Amino acid sequence: MNTLIIILATICFTIAFAQPKKTIPVTQSDTYKRGKEVYAKVCLSCHMVDGGGVPKLNPPLIKTDYVLGDKKKLIYIVLNGMTDRIPIDDEYYSNNMASHKDLTHQQIADVLTFIRNSFGNKASIVTIAEVKAVRGLK
Amino acid sequence: MKKYLSFIILIFFGLICFAQNKPAGLTLPKGFTALKIAEGYGKVRHIAITKQGDIYVKLNKLIQGKGILYFKKESSQKYTLANSFGNYKGTGIYIKDNYLYTSSDEEVFRYHLNEKGEVTNTNNPEKIITGLPNKGEHESKSIVLDNNGNIYVNIGAYSNSCQEKDREKGSMGMSPCPVLEEAGGIWQFKADKNNQTEKMGTRYATGLRNVVGLDWNTQTNSLFVMQHGRDQLHDLFPDLYDTKQSAELPAECMYELHKGTNCGWPYIYYDHLVNKKIVAPEYGGDGKKSSNDYQNPAIAFPGHLAPNGLLFYTGNKFPAKYKNGAFIAFHGSWNRAPLPQEGYYVVFVPFVNGKPTGQWEVFANGFAGAVKTPHGAAHRPCGLSQDSDGALYVTDDTNGAIFKIDYTGK
Repeated sequence: MNTLIIILATICFTIAFAQPKKTIPVTQSDTYKRGKEVYAKVCLSCHMVDGGGVPKLNPPLIKTDYVLGDKKKLIYIVLNGMTDRIPIDDEYYSNNMASHKDLTHQQIADVLTFIRNSFGNKASIVTIAEVKAVRGLK
Repeated sequence: MKKYLSFIILIFFGLICFAQNKPAGLTLPKGFTALKIAEGYGKVRHIAITKQGDIYVKLNKLIQGKGILYFKKESSQKYTLANSFGNYKGTGIYIKDNYLYTSSDEEVFRYHLNEKGEVTNTNNPEKIITGLPNKGEHESKSIVLDNNGNIYVNIGAYSNSCQEKDREKGSMGMSPCPVLEEAGGIWQFKADKNNQTEKMGTRYATGLRNVVGLDWNTQTNSLFVMQHGRDQLHDLFPDLYDTKQSAELPAECMYELHKGTNCGWPYIYYDHLVNKKIVAPEYGGDGKKSSNDYQNPAIAFPGHLAPNGLLFYTGNKFPAKYKNGAFIAFHGSWNRAPLPQEGYYVVFVPFVNGKPTGQWEVFANGFAGAVKTPHGAAHRPCGLSQDSDGALYVTDDTNGAIFKIDYTGK
């Protein structure tokens, strides 16, 4: 037992000191913090505080391909809303999602980075350039 | 380490035993008991009970291809799944005389019941109503019958507030609202005529956004419905409503309907804090401008509680105050942030001479368990019914449970 603890501790220290602290975690970045504010203001009322959504009405944002998969598709949904009655992970959702074209490139990049790294999700960040590309601006 | 482990295991088993001793886990008034008589049947919506005390429920998600379940009463505490049929999902189910009426999201069927209350034609029901609109929003068709051979069907509005762009910030309302041409109200049909279309029915009441809970009041001989009020006043009109106003408003309303009643959706909503019909912001309202048109609610509840079941209690088992009063199953809210979510309970409203006395109370609570959110709740109350002995039944469309609430006086 004691040996195991010593081995584990050694591994932990090795990892901790070997990793140069160059990158801060996404969840501590400014983009994530700003994204959290956008989420609270624009998204939370339907997708809920924990991203769990509302069964049959508003889809969850947790561990779904819509959030974690193709970023272009995700950006497109924020810009144009969604009124299709298509199953999301085998469930249908009734409420239309409005378009959020009025959000800035920065706000969309921030909020999508936030949802892709919250509620148990872990995925790459969304950049302003990626949002611009989908909106059709250079 | 081992000591801790056995301690944890002990607590775990203790909890299981504790849970088994309190089977339903509900909070009720003194003298009432609750029993969970079924669980795990998915999206159990409305419920109907035969004279014999057997139970039919309508599923909103098929189980092995079937959308209606039949539970046989073995004893007052034990019910066994005896049959399943109907290859369509839906919400509505109701028993009148020797027929079981059920609905999909587009049609209404009826099945013949024999003297034991068993369906004799599970594969060949009569299709009494067909081709009702289903646009994927407020699509459930709740049903109830009167004592004159008529069936009433809710056709919900496929819109939140009839904006040009549904749920888009600042989008104004269409005038007149085109959704009302074929939805947003209650239609009346003949209970014994096959293949009736919407046009063959009578537009009984209009200006109702969506109704899930409804019941025929045999005292007043009239139809009562619970409307699901509109969503997102703050999201859509942030300059007129703050988040707290948006959480409380509009009221969830009970209406008594007669032929031709107009309850005012989407043009007005009811504000229970000032007891006024307020012009909707989509139609020029500023949050204060009131209207004298349209039907007043019989009683109004806080916003967004989502009434999914209504039942006038006609039994004799419960104490006298419950006789002819209304039970309402509130599914529970999703859009009351930043306030905590509310509902997830069954409410009682006493009625005197066919009118609510205005004092409503939470009758059965604790369905949600530890987490009162739409996706975190253990159970969400949906349908209500009573048996001929006077016990009350509540369905749950989250974890497919059926609760039986009885009065023992102890």
